[in-house]
Amino acid sequence: MSELAALSNSYQNWYRFSRNPTAVIGLVIVVVSILAALLAPHITPYPDHIGAIVDFRNRHQPPSAAHWFGTDNVGRDILTRVIFGLRVSLMLAFVVLIIAVPFGTVLGLLAGYFGGWTEIVIMRLTDIALALPPLIMALAVAAVLEPSLMNAMLAIASLWWTWHTRLVYSMVRQIRALEYVEAAETLGASKTHILFREILPNCVSAIAVKTSLDAGFVILIGASLSFLGLGIQPPTPDLGTMVSDGASFLPDYWWESLLPGTAILFVALGFNLLGDGLRDLFDVEDVR
Amino acid sequence: MTSLLSVQGLSVSFTTYGRTAEVLKGVSLDVPQGAQVALVGESGSGKSVTMKAIMGLLPQPPARIHAGRIMFDGRDLLTLPERERVALRGTAMSMVFQDPMSSLNPVWTIEDQLSTILKYADRRLGRDRDRRGRRARVIEVLSQVRMRDPERVAGSFPIMLSGGMRQRVLIAMALLSEPRLLIADEPGTALDVTTQAQILKLLRDLVEAQGLALLMITHNLGVVRETSNYVYVMNKGEIVEEGPTADLFAAPRQQYTRDLIAAVPRLTGRVAT
Amino acid sequence: MEFLGFLARRLAWSLLVLVGLSVVIFVIARVVPGDPARMALGPRASAEQVTELQEKLGLNLPLYQQYGRFIGGLAQGELGQSLLTERSVNLDIRTTFPATLELVMATVIIAFLFGVPLGVAAARWKDSWPDNLVRAFAIVAAVMPTFFIALLLQVLAGYVLQILPTTGRLPTGTEFEADITGLLIVDGLLKGQLHVVFEAMRHLLLPALALSLATMGQMARITRASMIDVSRQDYIEAARAFGVPDRVRLFKYQLRPAFVPPLTIMGLEFASLIGGAFVVELIFSWPGMAAYGIRAITQKDLNAIMGVVMVSGLFFVLVNLLIDVLVGLVDPRIRIRGRRA
Repeated sequence: MSELAALSNSYQNWYRFSRNPTAVIGLVIVVVSILAALLAPHITPYPDHIGAIVDFRNRHQPPSAAHWFGTDNVGRDILTRVIFGLRVSLMLAFVVLIIAVPFGTVLGLLAGYFGGWTEIVIMRLTDIALALPPLIMALAVAAVLEPSLMNAMLAIASLWWTWHTRLVYSMVRQIRALEYVEAAETLGASKTHILFREILPNCVSAIAVKTSLDAGFVILIGASLSFLGLGIQPPTPDLGTMVSDGASFLPDYWWESLLPGTAILFVALGFNLLGDGLRDLFDVEDVR
Repeated sequence: MTSLLSVQGLSVSFTTYGRTAEVLKGVSLDVPQGAQVALVGESGSGKSVTMKAIMGLLPQPPARIHAGRIMFDGRDLLTLPERERVALRGTAMSMVFQDPMSSLNPVWTIEDQLSTILKYADRRLGRDRDRRGRRARVIEVLSQVRMRDPERVAGSFPIMLSGGMRQRVLIAMALLSEPRLLIADEPGTALDVTTQAQILKLLRDLVEAQGLALLMITHNLGVVRETSNYVYVMNKGEIVEEGPTADLFAAPRQQYTRDLIAAVPRLTGRVAT
Repeated sequence: MEFLGFLARRLAWSLLVLVGLSVVIFVIARVVPGDPARMALGPRASAEQVTELQEKLGLNLPLYQQYGRFIGGLAQGELGQSLLTERSVNLDIRTTFPATLELVMATVIIAFLFGVPLGVAAARWKDSWPDNLVRAFAIVAAVMPTFFIALLLQVLAGYVLQILPTTGRLPTGTEFEADITGLLIVDGLLKGQLHVVFEAMRHLLLPALALSLATMGQMARITRASMIDVSRQDYIEAARAFGVPDRVRLFKYQLRPAFVPPLTIMGLEFASLIGGAFVVELIFSWPGMAAYGIRAITQKDLNAIMGVVMVSGLFFVLVNLLIDVLVGLVDPRIRIRGRRA
């Protein structure tokens, strides 16, 4: 009976989701981007162009049937490099969020549920993290350590949890006041049980929305970092680096900069639309 | 006897998501000059829709008025041009809102809100009154609703006032432009019983003293007994019974009315066995 | 009175945040790299050179003493001196910060001036074409990388149309000393040199626009949501029932209570705005703190990096304090209760 209800519930959700055009577009973009990144070696026309190949006869070719996105200043196929560049962007978002989301969620749960000094310490930490611009922090950390994308990611992750902590914290504060939590407490349920089995499930949809929106923004910051020269080691393709390299040939060879830039925009847009759609679906209006 | 307000055969439907529901099915009621009339019914009976239709606040769509007339002072409000309709609103007919906590704007002072309303009411009626005149009138209505320190209340933000005081501000708001008909939407339900009783008494005194017509909209027959001398009982979009308040309480004809009366909490009296 | 208490509490928290920031920054710059002097001088420097620099900068002291010196200097508004040029970091930041401040201020003004009315319009014509247009704009503006917008604007307005300058704050060769506030537009006005004001504005327009689009979209989005939220309140219905005209309802009754969320969000967004300013300054060769910071970062000049990050954090904290005051002015509930709703 309850399984049937759950089934019809998820079907209903899917139905509502599928009637929301922006959400569906977002989902399609996200799925297509991830598939393209995973299958990059098999679907790109010139998979060997991700290396240090130089083909001066073909440099600065405008978009054509052979090179849909044109070629860059050393004659490499831009479409190929854009698709491989997606790998870096998506990996960046994945690594940052896989660290920041669970960490931020747990801190938010603790601060919201236990209150007192736990709350004060954790929430002041979020205030401090909030005051640091992630981009500048990433630059500074990268300068002190080796200037690599991995270090930059860690720097971003070390600030990003704060948003999830704040979100979960405010939700826990609301949920804690509800009667069923009180009932569980009266029945002698353990604190871990209440936190992870009673409270956390009620935050999941909000966290999912936030995570989807975040993925887009982390990709943007990552692209900014590589635009500033903190990208992955060349010649491995990286979208931000491509925009920055191509920028010196603007506006004549516009495709070299604008098409990789549009690719970043496209992926970030996908995650954003998906997040927006999920927000409507789950009816969690406060999440930004 | 001529009626100040006369609703005749009013039918309203709501269309949402392609489905249409009949909410009012030929409702008729009269509020004579200076009379105190109650419209009573459960939530969902259509009394709020009736009230909104009279005030011209029904959102159309989704609402649609298909039949009936709403005569006010001999003119049909439904065929009146929008300008004249708006001109009546808050002036000749005005409304006491239900929830004192949410019906006042939190970021403006009481004086600011009352005099803004007065300013546009004056403009519609072609009255000439300057800032100082408006302020004087605001203080005057605030003392009419028995505020002890009207000057201070005028300068307060809603959050600084108690629920009972805010409810009195809402009554003052309705009195600003010397209306002839007052429509009250369950005033005081959000307050405690003692404060509500005071509010109802105040309303009744004011109505009697100024000779206003009152249409009291409520789900509580106790309120009806306190504030009206004629009652309409509404159920599922229809008027099911009407009559002078005393008669209706003494000899209810419909089972529905009897149920409503049985539901009134009594402070005295025996428990039926 | 409660409002003063509220502000005092906020001020105390802000100080605490600043202390926390200083610890974080100190750890990043002094503890993580191991030997800052070696890092600054590079691998080819001799051991004597390294020891000399260490002693000069107190890097041979225990860490807690180093932190004590650092925070003591901060308390006096002293950020130390550059490890490389031995110039005072204060001086460098004082010369570069006004350019960043002018850019960020112009950005915030543009974002508010256009974002809020767009949000109001979207809420007013909810679910019709102006609303859809504003929402589409807000989403696209939010996901456009700042450097991409900056490049597009630079190419379009600067090279293709050639209507606006694309680099610097003033035309080269302009003789003007911004020695009052450091803000060209303000100083130009104060000195009555209108051509400088005009040129400064022309130069400011593209970078500020590039930086403001994302925030503008965000402001439009939040204002819209907040306006719709307020429009459902009973007091708006009440104002309608009393015949208060649409226009007055929209601007007086709805906008003011709806104005708090955009203000608050603006404060939180500020960190990413400062980050964005770095990118925009680089693209438009804007002689601000970013250019200085990025040079410090590439040269591993730790004191300069600490200074830049600390000033960014301080800027964020001050702006948020200012916003607390503004929020209190807009919404008496906060003033009276002494806390956020």
